Amino acid sequence: MFPNPQLQSAPASPEALAVPQVSGAVALLQGLVAEGVDTIFGYPGGAIIPIYDALYDFQEQLNHVLVRHEQGGIHAAQGYARASGRVGVVFATSGPGATNLVTGLADAQIDSTPLVCITGQVFAHLLGTDAFQETDILNITTPVTKWNHQITDARDIPAALAKAFYIARSGRPGPVLLDITKNAQLQLFEHAGYEPCTHIRSYRPRPVVRPEYVQRAAELINQAQRPLVLWGQGVLLGSAEAEFREFIEKSGIPAAWTILGAGALPTGHPLNVGMLGMHGNYGPNVLTNECDVLIAIGMRFDDRVTGRLDKYARQAQIIHLDIDPTEIDKNVTATVPVWGDCKETLPLLTQLVAARQHPAWRQRFRDHDAEEVAAVIQDELFPTQDELTMGEVIHQLNQLTQGEAIIVTDVGQHQMVACRYARLNHPRLSITSGGLGTMGFALPAAIGAKYGAPHRTVVAVIGDGGIQMTIQELGTIMQTGIEVKILLLNNQFLGMVRQWQELFHERRYSAVEIASPDYVTVANGYGIAARRVEHRPDLQPALRQLLSHPGSFLLEVRVTRENNIFPMVPQGCGVGEIRLK
Amino acid sequence: MSKQEYNITAYTENQVGLLNRLAIIFSRRKINIESLNTSPSEIEGIHRFNIVVHESEEVVRKIARQMEKQVEVLKVYFNPNEEVIWQEMALYKVPTDVIAERALVERLLREHGARVVLIRKDYTVFETTGHREETDKLLAVLHPYGLIEFVRSARIAIIKTSQGFHHKLREFERQQPGEEVSENEFLDRRDKVFSM
Ligand SMILES: Cc1ncc(C[n+]2csc(CCOP(=O)(O)OP(=O)(O)O)c2C)c(N)n1
Repeated sequence: MFPNPQLQSAPASPEALAVPQVSGAVALLQGLVAEGVDTIFGYPGGAIIPIYDALYDFQEQLNHVLVRHEQGGIHAAQGYARASGRVGVVFATSGPGATNLVTGLADAQIDSTPLVCITGQVFAHLLGTDAFQETDILNITTPVTKWNHQITDARDIPAALAKAFYIARSGRPGPVLLDITKNAQLQLFEHAGYEPCTHIRSYRPRPVVRPEYVQRAAELINQAQRPLVLWGQGVLLGSAEAEFREFIEKSGIPAAWTILGAGALPTGHPLNVGMLGMHGNYGPNVLTNECDVLIAIGMRFDDRVTGRLDKYARQAQIIHLDIDPTEIDKNVTATVPVWGDCKETLPLLTQLVAARQHPAWRQRFRDHDAEEVAAVIQDELFPTQDELTMGEVIHQLNQLTQGEAIIVTDVGQHQMVACRYARLNHPRLSITSGGLGTMGFALPAAIGAKYGAPHRTVVAVIGDGGIQMTIQELGTIMQTGIEVKILLLNNQFLGMVRQWQELFHERRYSAVEIASPDYVTVANGYGIAARRVEHRPDLQPALRQLLSHPGSFLLEVRVTRENNIFPMVPQGCGVGEIRLK
Repeated sequence: MSKQEYNITAYTENQVGLLNRLAIIFSRRKINIESLNTSPSEIEGIHRFNIVVHESEEVVRKIARQMEKQVEVLKVYFNPNEEVIWQEMALYKVPTDVIAERALVERLLREHGARVVLIRKDYTVFETTGHREETDKLLAVLHPYGLIEFVRSARIAIIKTSQGFHHKLREFERQQPGEEVSENEFLDRRDKVFSM
């Protein structure tokens, strides 16, 4: 290392010598340790070398996972955050390193995942000169971060880092990016010690709960004959699973989930009536348009959930519990908004609601379930045809994992099947890219999830399209020896796009047939055990092998090529128009 | 829903990059900003944005909430024109010879409440302050005299019923105490300073 002479600080005065002189890079790592960070996902480069240099001395405290692409790094950090409930941390260099984070930032922003990304930047005196590997990463990432900030002076590092963690994890969580110029990483300064941030004048993450709104919500619920709860990830982000369960069990209200809310109430709970949305369950979708009071908890009425808004729950009075005021009235106007952290608001509501059972109303969900089983689920989980279906693979996986494994999914048909049929006994067992629908998410996110929850089995369910987007992360598995179970569902198509082309574009299959490498050979090339199956008798033994193999394993299952995911709310239709076929 | 002019007033930290963050909120929704002004406010370290848009109340409310959600934004208000006092300033540059020869400068100034900012041999600069129609009037009058250059400022607006922001800020600070905030010293002695 050749330190730039201009950057060395002036000789310290005798009294100042009492305070230790550290570099910006060291101060940053000390701050990460103070925040309780144990794992960092990253990729080095010229503009962040000083931080990596300092990392050399922090190997005892900070485990750095060298990924194969920065997108893999940030998805891994997302998986880590979602599995552990902690803040994920990513390092990347300037320019291309930083721009490779953009997809993951957008994904984390829309799915409210707490991340702190540290990017290196060129020397401050070069900013704005099109220097080597300089990009204006602050402006590039502004729309996809909760907050971002550039640091050009080492003395600002501790406070900015503290602020970054506070913003990332408080209120509605989200990704934060700190861009640190190389001179600031190298600069020595007198570091008085790291202080966590607990207050920002202009930032109020915890809304003050207004009891009169809770009161009005409870009145509506107590008068309701056909109430329905829709819950989303807000319940998990607020760690309010227990409070949520108490509310549901006392009020006896059937509850349905968005894919990001999956697992907040166990799949087998008698009041859990299934998945919402385009490929959700029949009952909750149809009955959304028949309930009299709709109670939305920590969910944001995404268009994949609501279908056409002008045909959405017009008959219902709507109660919306959310920590983020911009979600209230954004898509669906609330009769009663309950603005606040649901960990705080739910117990208040539970106190005021009457204990009820709603037997007749709940029976209607069971009737619709029976219809859906007969029309769709029976054939999907217990097919009579020769070829394997995605549904039966997930069903058999469930039988082996017993609802105790983390299921990480990519994006496409397999995602919808896995989310619909996966059994989850606990919160934080389902990790998927919801709002952005990012293909290539699952493999790196599964790696991160295993770091975030080492005691759990982590199964990544991925399509043949998605795995080829970040397949290089097999290299990360190889190098770290981390244990990830990869269940590759190969239908030889970009299946979900093919389904749309079949249903809505007269089967004009345009660019959806995708060739695959020999995955077993590829995995073996990375030193990862692998197997391929295509016949029913081999499926269960192969799944057992996948799960029991010591270390990572890739199982490729050849499934029916042209299978469609039903039920489906076709785009442009209301949720009541959900089709079983 | 019917559209009209709204005056959005945002109190923010003085932070690099915030303008971009706020501008994105408008551009994402394809909303045109009619006028934008930023300046210091009555509280030290806190900036004030005045943004004018032509939109429905519902859209403006959603935008205001999204603005307020940004970490560095303390508070956002939105008001239709009748709820604010607002002003824009305009500068007009005209050839001095023409104006001296053919127009009655004095009458111009009196009738339009204008002020001369600069007189040179070759040109003269006038200034007026007011609503759009007022500043437009002088523009129309000066056009025949060979207007060389014209510029109008962004709108600034003061909310009629507002107590200023320092009350609100104090309330915030009471709920979630942080560092001391230094306010404009005159605001605490308002009666003395502003009594007539
Ligand atoms: C990065 C990215 N590019 C494109 C898409 C559009 N897309 C959505 S699903 C899908 C097909 C996924 O195919 P595959 O991974 O094989 O899974 P399958 O649907 O067959 O289960 C595509 C291309 C996307 N979601 N993400």
